[in-house]
Amino acid sequence: MAVVWIARRHKLLQHGAAKPLLFMFCLLPLAWLVYAALANQLGANPAEALVRKTGDWALRFMCLVLAVTPARVMSGTPALACFRRMLGLFAYFYVSVHLLSYSWFDMGFELDDIAKDIAKRPFILIGFLAFVLLTPLAATSFNAAIKAIGAKHWKALHKLVYLIAGLGILHFFWMRAGKHNFAEVMVYGAIIAALLGWRLWNRWATVRRSVLAKPVVGTR
Amino acid sequence: MLIKTDSSGFDHSVPSEITPQGIYQGRRDLIRLMATGTAGAALAGWAGRQALAQTVAKPGKLAALAGAKSAIAGAVVLDKITAYQDATSYNNYYEFGTDKADPARNAATLPIKPWSVVVEGLVKKPKTFTLEELLKLSAQEERIYRLRCVEGWSMVIPWVGYSLAELIKKVEPLGSAKYVEFITLADHKTMPFVGSRVLDWPYVEALRLDEAMHPLALLTFGMYGEVLPNQNGAPVRLVVPWKYGFKSGKSIVKIRFTDKEPRTAWNKAAAQEYGFYSNVNPLVDHPRWSQATERRIGEDGLFARKRKTLMFNGYEAQVGQLYAGMDLKKNF
Repeated sequence: MAVVWIARRHKLLQHGAAKPLLFMFCLLPLAWLVYAALANQLGANPAEALVRKTGDWALRFMCLVLAVTPARVMSGTPALACFRRMLGLFAYFYVSVHLLSYSWFDMGFELDDIAKDIAKRPFILIGFLAFVLLTPLAATSFNAAIKAIGAKHWKALHKLVYLIAGLGILHFFWMRAGKHNFAEVMVYGAIIAALLGWRLWNRWATVRRSVLAKPVVGTR
Repeated sequence: MLIKTDSSGFDHSVPSEITPQGIYQGRRDLIRLMATGTAGAALAGWAGRQALAQTVAKPGKLAALAGAKSAIAGAVVLDKITAYQDATSYNNYYEFGTDKADPARNAATLPIKPWSVVVEGLVKKPKTFTLEELLKLSAQEERIYRLRCVEGWSMVIPWVGYSLAELIKKVEPLGSAKYVEFITLADHKTMPFVGSRVLDWPYVEALRLDEAMHPLALLTFGMYGEVLPNQNGAPVRLVVPWKYGFKSGKSIVKIRFTDKEPRTAWNKAAAQEYGFYSNVNPLVDHPRWSQATERRIGEDGLFARKRKTLMFNGYEAQVGQLYAGMDLKKNF
């Protein structure tokens, strides 16, 4: 029964429409934001609302892409791995839209002002650093790039995402620190911590399993 | 030779030379109408615009509170008035939550009836005023003020109230009184965020006595021709237009005259970021962001540049002398 269900699930996930469908879903937040901006649904300060909401979505996509591996292993659904790249690229996409919103709507593309703002507000620097670090990951997300730099190096490079997720949370925490308003920060922080924590636990469990599986030497 | 670009604007020796945005926008609208040939029908309305420019449309949400035209210098700016919807849905009133949309959602519970204000401290005639007594204490005036938030946004709001000086004169401060402290309501039962760690409660603000006596400092009971909505500080608040918005305490329950500079709420929370004076000053940045520009809510669109912040929020001519000889960088 379970086997049938797993097989069916795999078929569904590998269906030709699965990826285009996910792609459309990932674009929904942006579509909604554009609609809300045009329809004047973003409240009294639409610029601020756009900067904040695109930031929220960047964080959400970071959580989503970090959830792929735990979900794949825990549910025994290898097919989930095919969606990781797209979710990762969408995370980068929303981070970029967030940075663009800030530079455009908050700073009017005044590079001078942006430079001064980064110096004044360290949390902007942290956010910018996260964007910079995420860029090589996005740039090496096609097969030829993986081949060119080698799977081993590629894997090592993409481990950066753990650090970037931490920077994202720090950026959010610091931004909210002015008002001691940490409720949402804690939610995102807990999700990211759980997803990274699972990886540590999983590695430890794997190591232990392989140690236990080996024949113990010296006790004949 | 002085080289100027579009972004440096014009220099004016006196602020009154500056054409207010509402006026030049009107001229542009007229030109646009003429160009499209629809001027004829619309012209009549425009001709009356100057006279009507600052007539405030009542939103029809709350009890009316009329204010007579004010004769005080600086009492009526000609900037375009912010939409009532924006002014009542984008608020900082931390007792009801730190998100700007929270106060409008949560402030319905504010117990505004009955209300009284204790006036005490270094005065000859301390007294507890009921709200009804306060409302009748002096003639209500309409004051159209700029409001500049320390966070970098601004609005233009038609307040209704009278100069705080009227109340101060009634209670006769002693010679030793140097400061006026405003204590606002902190009620755990009705204000869900009193007790949050953001600030020390109750929220306390203060002015120097001469600042409080300035005719522009407004004891405020209404806005847009109606009584104050709860999220804007009902039933009585202060409005000090040349200072950042947080200096204007909402829902005031006590006014105390003292001889020492009172510790104010934001100053206690972060003394290096929020000074006692907190006059609007584009030349003195907040440690964490620039104060040189601001976004006018509802007017400066998504793609518009932010506008330049004015010294003392544009009230320099009226209040500048209060700070003569003071180092405004030190006394921020």
